[in-house]
Amino acid sequence: MAFNGTDRIVKAIHETAALLEEKGYDNIKIMDFCGTHEHTIVWNGLRSLMPENVELVAGPGCPVCVTPAFYVDQAIKLALEGVRVYTYGDMYHLPGSARPGSGEPRSLSEAKALGGEVVVVYSLLEAIKHARENTGDSVFIAVGFETTAPSTASAVVNNRLPQNLKILNVHRLTPPIMRYTFEKHRENPIRGVIAPGHVSTIVGARAWKFIPEEYGIPTVVAGFEAYDVLIAILLILRMLYKNKPGLVNEYSRAVSWEGNRAAQKLLEDCCEVNDALWRGLGYVPASGLAFREKYKWADAAVEYGIKEPTPEEWTYDLPPGCRCAEVTLGLAKPTDCPLFLKVCTPGTPYGPCMVSVEGACSVWARFGEGGVAEKLARELGL
Amino acid sequence: MCLGLPGKVVEVRPDGVAIVEYSGGLRSEADARTVDNVKPGDVVIVHAGIIISVIDEEEAKRQLEFLEEFISDLERKAEQLLP
Ligand code: SF4
Repeated sequence: MAFNGTDRIVKAIHETAALLEEKGYDNIKIMDFCGTHEHTIVWNGLRSLMPENVELVAGPGCPVCVTPAFYVDQAIKLALEGVRVYTYGDMYHLPGSARPGSGEPRSLSEAKALGGEVVVVYSLLEAIKHARENTGDSVFIAVGFETTAPSTASAVVNNRLPQNLKILNVHRLTPPIMRYTFEKHRENPIRGVIAPGHVSTIVGARAWKFIPEEYGIPTVVAGFEAYDVLIAILLILRMLYKNKPGLVNEYSRAVSWEGNRAAQKLLEDCCEVNDALWRGLGYVPASGLAFREKYKWADAAVEYGIKEPTPEEWTYDLPPGCRCAEVTLGLAKPTDCPLFLKVCTPGTPYGPCMVSVEGACSVWARFGEGGVAEKLARELGL
Repeated sequence: MCLGLPGKVVEVRPDGVAIVEYSGGLRSEADARTVDNVKPGDVVIVHAGIIISVIDEEEAKRQLEFLEEFISDLERKAEQLLP
């Protein structure tokens, strides 16, 4: 089931944008917070359909891109010490802190080439199955936002983990990074937010109430079809025009106001919120999940004595020249990075945002095969 | 990363794991303890091996009707503005 008539939505977007232009809105920045939304936007060429005064900006929607180099280094170390490491495919090539050409393995894939046992899985369930069938100690690297974290929580709370499998918990929360992002955009504020649809299935639409209430930014929870994203943009522009910033749930077929209670309960039972590290950014208050005391038996950090660097110990952890932190926050576009599609390509990724298929650099680069991205960027005057 | 795939629940096993069938007939396991009241026949969204949401098909219909009305209304308003 889908809405026919995206052309009508685009027309209405242009009409509303023209009315806003008259009111003095000459640069309306609308931010998405989900790699899958960014994919919908790029894949369907939605940027090219926008009026001149509407700019779609990709925000922090890629959990792999923000996973600290520290954890990649730890996972590489474990793999080389004979611990079997389970990882999502997206993390497999993610670089840690080793520099290219240093001779040190940069990623789990390189650790595997050096004899480490690294197994790519689609889910924690798959890792559990594999660990049951194979002896030896193992670790699963649990990355992801609120959408993914319940998989960890369910396995731990429902006692699904075999003795030989521990979890390196690197889950991150989205509302705190949104606040962080809004602050960084103070000079030229974000005018609309397309809230992440699948994170919202878990946390509920109500989790975003603070955006219109505290920041005065119109917010729409959106699905992932082209029409979903277009309607979200239209709703944001209408709210701006009426000067009534609010929260609309466009993805109500999958997202309720309260969200997924069962998953919320699991998360609440399993983890407590803590200050957490984000790659290239450092510590963001109350943005991570740590196992509660009663579940420390599942924690790979406890089992292997892994201690996150303190704010004082933390050092900037992106490869030299990579602008992934700014790209992640929507302060730079992939095309602003001098390495984009030159040194850093999907085949030979240099920075995290090119490694993950949901990283903005990767999405732009793959869509732009054969120079389309550059052409598009020129057309858009980027 | 937050990609979700829609599928239909075929069975929920006593251990709380569901068998979900996707378009094309592919079947796989998904944790069903991460959502309340899921039963065979439900259309669900699966992400990283867990069910994150049950699709409300009635709501999907209502939403499309709302969309149609919303757009038509805007079009009528735009017409009124024309000379
Ligand atoms: S193009 Fe590569 S190096 Fe540049 S910001 Fe993106 S990931 Fe980093």
